[in-house]
Amino acid sequence: MLEARIAAKRLPSGETLLHDVALAAAPGDIVALLGASGAGKTTTLRILLGLDRSFDGDLRCRAARIGAVFQEPALLPWRTVGDNIRLVTHHAAPTDIAALLRDVGLPEAEALYPRQLSLGMRRRAAVARALAVDPDLLVLDEPFASLDPRMAGLIAERLAVHVRTRGAAIVVAMHDIDRATAFATRILVLSGRPATVAARLELPADASDADRAAIRARLLDSFGFLADAPAAL
Amino acid sequence: MSQAERRATDRGALFRLTGLIGFLAIWWLAAQAVASPNLLPSPLRVAIYTWHATESGDLPRQMAFTLARVLVAFVIAMAAGSAAGYAMGRSARIDAIADPWLVIALNLPLLLVVILAYIWIGLNDLAAVLAVVAAKAPSVVVTLREGSRALDPGLDDMAAVFRLPYTRRLREVVLPQLAPYLAAAGRSGLSITWKIVLVVELLGRPNGIGFVLNSAFQNFDVTAILAYGLAFAVIMLVVEAGVLQPLERRARAWRGDA
Repeated sequence: MLEARIAAKRLPSGETLLHDVALAAAPGDIVALLGASGAGKTTTLRILLGLDRSFDGDLRCRAARIGAVFQEPALLPWRTVGDNIRLVTHHAAPTDIAALLRDVGLPEAEALYPRQLSLGMRRRAAVARALAVDPDLLVLDEPFASLDPRMAGLIAERLAVHVRTRGAAIVVAMHDIDRATAFATRILVLSGRPATVAARLELPADASDADRAAIRARLLDSFGFLADAPAAL
Repeated sequence: MSQAERRATDRGALFRLTGLIGFLAIWWLAAQAVASPNLLPSPLRVAIYTWHATESGDLPRQMAFTLARVLVAFVIAMAAGSAAGYAMGRSARIDAIADPWLVIALNLPLLLVVILAYIWIGLNDLAAVLAVVAAKAPSVVVTLREGSRALDPGLDDMAAVFRLPYTRRLREVVLPQLAPYLAAAGRSGLSITWKIVLVVELLGRPNGIGFVLNSAFQNFDVTAILAYGLAFAVIMLVVEAGVLQPLERRARAWRGDA
């Protein structure tokens, strides 16, 4: 569904931010990009979304519909949450929108404006909007930031259900090792300057709790700095 | 509207009325002091003249000519200026190419533009309207260029990723962000446009308020100058307060509490 090879991504200053980053996502994959702040996760996602084309390498994306959650929720402030969702999809019936908002824990938000919601609620509204297009590929930048553990769990479960039932793929940038090992089927750690893929770990959907715990321990052992990363941006 | 807000509005209206009465009183006193109706007629004399000019149909007729020119020039200047300002705000390359043109256009003396338009195009309404557009559009370009530079790149990204069609993107994402800039350009635009139209009419049209002012000037008829000039200014103020200010408030409405 998605194959990217970023040989090099340079900043306008000439500094190389990313070097030799390869990433692929097939239907059913949940690929977590872990890395400290400034490691290049958001830049990688922008390249995957086709928003940044100034890199050496190549990108092949065969997704018919893409949903995205940006670091800033990017909701239109002059439209209600319901209208923000309707904006990106022509076919969403009122019941679909109500169900989506209920799934992300915002059952009462359809008629509210984004400024009436907290940052965490806006982020969840952005998740609902991304799901509304019934995407083959979801690209998510810190979707669990500003969410309490219960709400983060609810969102993770809703996203996992979409992957399972629709055969979609997810590429998600995040900080949280615990969440990544519980949620992802593959973990890529971006580290170094320029950033490169420092670790690539497979976590099959049927991996046991012991397997996940072992990978979590390995990640903490090798990339302990990630455990210190702030939970919310 | 709460009672306190209504009281504040009433107080504002009272102050404005006081200001207007004060202006008329000073005018009347000055007319008494000058004691020459040909040099400075009293407010009452101007009001009576205005009434007769309205009754005879000349004032409405001349005003219609001028209003039509103002409207056409205003719409073209806003449309062309907005399109150019948007393009310059969105593209550094277009901005670099067009900026020297804009600087020249902003600094061209109005008289030069009007005279050249009449010489090159002829003494007709096309020349008159184009001269007004050329004089007004550059300031619209500047305002809309600033507005386009302030567009939220995050919303652009969202629109691109969700593949919003271009017209939808323009209508739903771009225009609401530009609305305050369009409203500001429109408000200042109208007040400048009608003043330019009077000059254009004075220099080369056989009708309109500017033409009447020129004829009255030739005859040293201050009463006619004040009657036609003030009547037109009042109409423009009504349009500004009754149409453009509400539009601007609407453009900014979403920023308040919903």
